[in-house]
Amino acid sequence: MTATNRQVKHKSKINQSNKGLTILGWLFSLAIIGPIYIMVINSFKSREQIFTDQLGLPEVWSFQYYQEAAQKMNYFNSLKNSLVVVGISVIFIVIVASMAAWAIARRGTKGANLLYFMFISTILIPFQSVMLPLVQYFTNWRIPSIGFNMVGTHYGLIFFNIGFGLTLSVFLYTGAVKNVPVSMEESARIDGAGTFQTFWRIVFPNLGPITVTVGILNVISYWNDYLLPSLVLTQNPNLRTIPLSTFYFFGEFNIQWNLALAGLVMTIIPVILVYIVAQRWIISGIMAGAVKG
Amino acid sequence: MNPKTKKNLAFFLFILPALFAFVNVVLIPFIMGIVYSLTDWDGFAFQGSNFIGLTNYIEAIGDSRFLDAFLFSFKYAIFMVILVNVIGFAFALMVTAKVRGRNVLRSIYLMPNLIGGLILGFIWKFIFSRMLVQVGMVTGLESIFFNWLDEPTSALAALIIVGVWQQAGYVMIIYIAGIQAISSDMMEAAGIDGANSRQQLFKITIPLMIPSFTINLFVTMSNAMKQYDTNVSLTNGGPGRRTEMVAMNIYNSAFRYRDSAEAQAKAILFFLVIMVITLGQVALTRRKEVQL
Repeated sequence: MTATNRQVKHKSKINQSNKGLTILGWLFSLAIIGPIYIMVINSFKSREQIFTDQLGLPEVWSFQYYQEAAQKMNYFNSLKNSLVVVGISVIFIVIVASMAAWAIARRGTKGANLLYFMFISTILIPFQSVMLPLVQYFTNWRIPSIGFNMVGTHYGLIFFNIGFGLTLSVFLYTGAVKNVPVSMEESARIDGAGTFQTFWRIVFPNLGPITVTVGILNVISYWNDYLLPSLVLTQNPNLRTIPLSTFYFFGEFNIQWNLALAGLVMTIIPVILVYIVAQRWIISGIMAGAVKG
Repeated sequence: MNPKTKKNLAFFLFILPALFAFVNVVLIPFIMGIVYSLTDWDGFAFQGSNFIGLTNYIEAIGDSRFLDAFLFSFKYAIFMVILVNVIGFAFALMVTAKVRGRNVLRSIYLMPNLIGGLILGFIWKFIFSRMLVQVGMVTGLESIFFNWLDEPTSALAALIIVGVWQQAGYVMIIYIAGIQAISSDMMEAAGIDGANSRQQLFKITIPLMIPSFTINLFVTMSNAMKQYDTNVSLTNGGPGRRTEMVAMNIYNSAFRYRDSAEAQAKAILFFLVIMVITLGQVALTRRKEVQL
């Protein structure tokens, strides 16, 4: 009797939410959202209001600063540049890293392990340690007669993105390949499939979840990357990605806060939209990537 | 073609694209960097540069700004490692406990992490340099509410606040994975044995989560030591060069002061320090991992 009573009591306790923790949790969330809120409301305010009242709602909701900011930072062009660079970089890194990981994992020789170790160990190299020689080295990769340049072009940046994204991507894919049963590949081969067919028809489809993780982690880091693009896309303002154009725009207009904030809101809108739509995959992708890393 | 050659060729073809990108983008520049750091390279063509041994390294170590930057990065990193992990762990406990709307909370906590450090720094710059000033004027508490970016100590605090705000959600995700991996049987058993929730936390949850701490301490330490983007957008090293971190010091050596070879020597030293710290730290926490 007492036992059942205690059990019932225990159960009801489990289903009940903890009020204190709930309040605390939501208070913390205000601290997270607060700065975003402040940025958004102030982006609508007039010059006079933004100097005297940063917390209140705007007296007039006007999109004029958005229009002006979009024009001055060449927003839609930068958005297009970011989408092109990030999109193509991610497609390539998925293809290149998964193929390499499969070859390394299935080969299993000393040489293959050495290659794997080489890919992974560079995780400790900070970007600053390679940035100067990188730019200098690739400045020489050019064929003026056909206008081919690695520095100052989007395809150059894409190539660098692939190179720097490989460490994490090869690591994650190699771990995942080991969980794909070899027997599946063997039976495909007996049925007459070549190596490429075996990989793309049998192995790659089985790597779906890790492809999502690799894709998400790389999209986040490519999308937000500032230093690398700032070093290799300096010449032509039309090539600037979102972080780059934000940087230059902010440098120019940081006294006009309403304009600057309107520009910042626009730069994070794509991120927030994608997050709202894909947060389930993003969270599980980061979780999978982090736990294995 | 015999099957073995064919197999070797297939292996080679599969690994070639990755190897090509990796060798050219990471490996060759890294090795070049080591070589360049031993010469008087001027940042342009390497031809004509002379081997000068460790001169750049001696100059780098003798550069008090560089040592200050290291000191500042260490200070920042220590605060970051502690605060990000304490708050991130608290977030993780909260969203895995009986809290209403915990999935929404989890998404909110993670959100700043998806916005790049450069943009975040700009957002907070408004708060620290405009809003706080206004608050100070209205409340009369101008000793607390002033432009935090004008003064080195408060600017460090500002950098830490922004960093914690950005990264607590990320380590939270890793802690959540760790908490969820602990079997509920064990918790129930402890509960039946009369362990209260604090005992459960300190005797079961935390010891079993040492692997998560290993990962998170590594990540936060390495991120803090490599911090650049928020440093640029929030303080840009100012006031003066008092909030310049190592990454920015290297950048400025190369591009503002045009001393490429010394900047490269600093970059190699930076790499060595990061390697020693992070590997040492991983070795230290690994020893504390328990198996149950």
